[in-house]
Amino acid sequence: MTGTSVKVFIPRDTTSLALGAEQLAAEFTAAAEQRNDHVQIVRNGSRGLFWLEPMVEVETPAGRVGYGPVTCADIDSLLEQGMLKGEQAHPLSLGLAEEIPYLKKQQRLTFARAGITDPVSLDDYQQHDGFAGLRNALAMSAQDIVDAVKASGLRGRGGAAFPTGIKWQTVLDAVPTDLSGQKYIVCNADEGDSGTFADRMVMEADPYMLIEGMTIAGLAVGATQGYIYLRSEYPVAHQILNEAIAKAEAAGFLGHNICGSGHAFQLEVRLGAEAYICGEETSLLESLEGKRGLVRAKPPLPAIEGLFGQPTVVNNVLSLAAIPFIMDKGAQAYADFGMGRSLGTLPFQLAGNIKRGGLIELAFGLTLRELIEDFGEGTFSGRPARAVQVGGPLGAYMPESQWDTPLDYEAFSAIGAVLGHGGVVVFDDTVDMSEQARFSMEFCVAESCGKCTPCRIGSTRGVEVIDRIRNNENREANLELLGDLCDTMIDGSLCAMGGMTPFPVQSAVKYFPEDFEPKTADGGV
Amino acid sequence: MTTIAFDEQREQRVAGIIEGLKHKPGALLPILHGIQDSEGYVPESSVVMIAAELNLSRAEVHGVISFYHHFRTTPPGRHIVQICAAEACQARGARQLEAYAQERLGVEYHQTTADREITLEKVFCLGNCACGPSVRVDDEIVARVSNERFDQLVNELTTQSLEVK
Repeated sequence: MTGTSVKVFIPRDTTSLALGAEQLAAEFTAAAEQRNDHVQIVRNGSRGLFWLEPMVEVETPAGRVGYGPVTCADIDSLLEQGMLKGEQAHPLSLGLAEEIPYLKKQQRLTFARAGITDPVSLDDYQQHDGFAGLRNALAMSAQDIVDAVKASGLRGRGGAAFPTGIKWQTVLDAVPTDLSGQKYIVCNADEGDSGTFADRMVMEADPYMLIEGMTIAGLAVGATQGYIYLRSEYPVAHQILNEAIAKAEAAGFLGHNICGSGHAFQLEVRLGAEAYICGEETSLLESLEGKRGLVRAKPPLPAIEGLFGQPTVVNNVLSLAAIPFIMDKGAQAYADFGMGRSLGTLPFQLAGNIKRGGLIELAFGLTLRELIEDFGEGTFSGRPARAVQVGGPLGAYMPESQWDTPLDYEAFSAIGAVLGHGGVVVFDDTVDMSEQARFSMEFCVAESCGKCTPCRIGSTRGVEVIDRIRNNENREANLELLGDLCDTMIDGSLCAMGGMTPFPVQSAVKYFPEDFEPKTADGGV
Repeated sequence: MTTIAFDEQREQRVAGIIEGLKHKPGALLPILHGIQDSEGYVPESSVVMIAAELNLSRAEVHGVISFYHHFRTTPPGRHIVQICAAEACQARGARQLEAYAQERLGVEYHQTTADREITLEKVFCLGNCACGPSVRVDDEIVARVSNERFDQLVNELTTQSLEVK
């Protein structure tokens, strides 16, 4: 190589780092230096093709070519075989990154920049449409912004799927009770559902999009203070968000005078402390106020009496991240994706025992089977898939007979399942569903805030009853008791923790009854 | 005597952290994080200080500390190792890894090895759900942890600290 340096992209998101990307970047730099190859290493986010991470990309005149999964042991042979010229002889060659079918088949709106840009580069962000939505919003009235969000059909991506525009309207119309007139934008980044990582990817791959979305929300409802409530289990996201916020402030995209408009918006990251319940919005608000994360009764809605008793928008990362696209390309452009009342795209997260796990952003309407088989290519173990849990630890376990259900909010709720935050966890045929049902109750024991008795006590009784069933003690009577207990939890809990913990339990009992049968003497079922 | 000096230094550090953060709205969690990041845990002596500065009762501060899994009130080992015990990692063998880790280290969850090197904790989801089982070692997350990889991690941790000594 002569003269100009070649741009090489090595991701810095959690999964890539967990697979050795930090050491890879260091050794790659050293190896290139030793060979006198001039390279410029860019630490990008991940594109979400996690089975290929660390995926290294090289910029060539034809586009960015990918290699993966790359380990330190591959560096010399990759450089030797013309990687920096984009040559494709090496076994790890993936061709043009954009042409990888897994990626090409997607409809990336929210994740359009993920893995392409340097997450903390303001220049990169703006060269890829960044802040175009904010500039449009600055020229609009608050009501016009809210109307655009309503027209987009965007529904909360945290799990409850409440229309975002209607929530914003409530906050816009609400009058603060304190003298300062403060309203708040709170981003729920307590992504606690196992099998989900879309929020993390937004924050690690494209944090300015979230910052922009929150700033627009502030303009829309008249809030000047925002908080990102981030789970402490995400140290990489924490670091990247703080870097991005500092840079955005320095460049005038946050602060007292956004882009010279006279509007103010301050943003701060607050760390959670390992409590799943704090993903529930009222528990989150309590935690932000410095208290135990006890769930509040609703009403009053947080939109009217939220953080510190003031009108507050609480939105999930993905909901806020969808806003810049809507404000830039228009509400209709967003609503053109999707089906029925599920408009736009949903980033699905394929996880667990899956060969090709990763992030798949698509309009609603694909089936679970297409996701698992076409994208995921089956299980990691190579054994048949048996159960799929969609929507996190409070989501039902779905048997194969349900895998042709279209992935949209209404179709899922019609069969007693939830899409939630779009997490899809695949289990192979070695799974013991009575063990999974027990875990659901055990998880509720560990994570219940303790406010409602059915959740606090019922979950402990649930573990005990399932243990008795597993031990074949009074089986029939205990199964009936478990059914009653589940009904009590569903009917008698304030929030989804107690109210939905029974979903995975009931679905396991209903669709996988053989796992609750007495074990035969030889240990088989 | 050195213990007293050490306690005084710690008290000064804690006082500095509280002073720097107490004016934030909802300051308690940031303060507890600050103290734990600095001291490794939230010492009992700091509860009184926080309560006084935030105009809360000691019971209220204690109630918050005990609500969250993250905060600890006793000193941890030199490193904290967390095993992800949530569903996506279960589907990839986390239950087996949990058992192996406890056996290998000779401790149960929330305990510290006799040499004070490693405190073992469980965690529900590190967001690395496509490449489990996942383990967090201090602030680093490690993917696809087999028993062999776990041994390797433990060896790296214990070897490094020997070099430091």
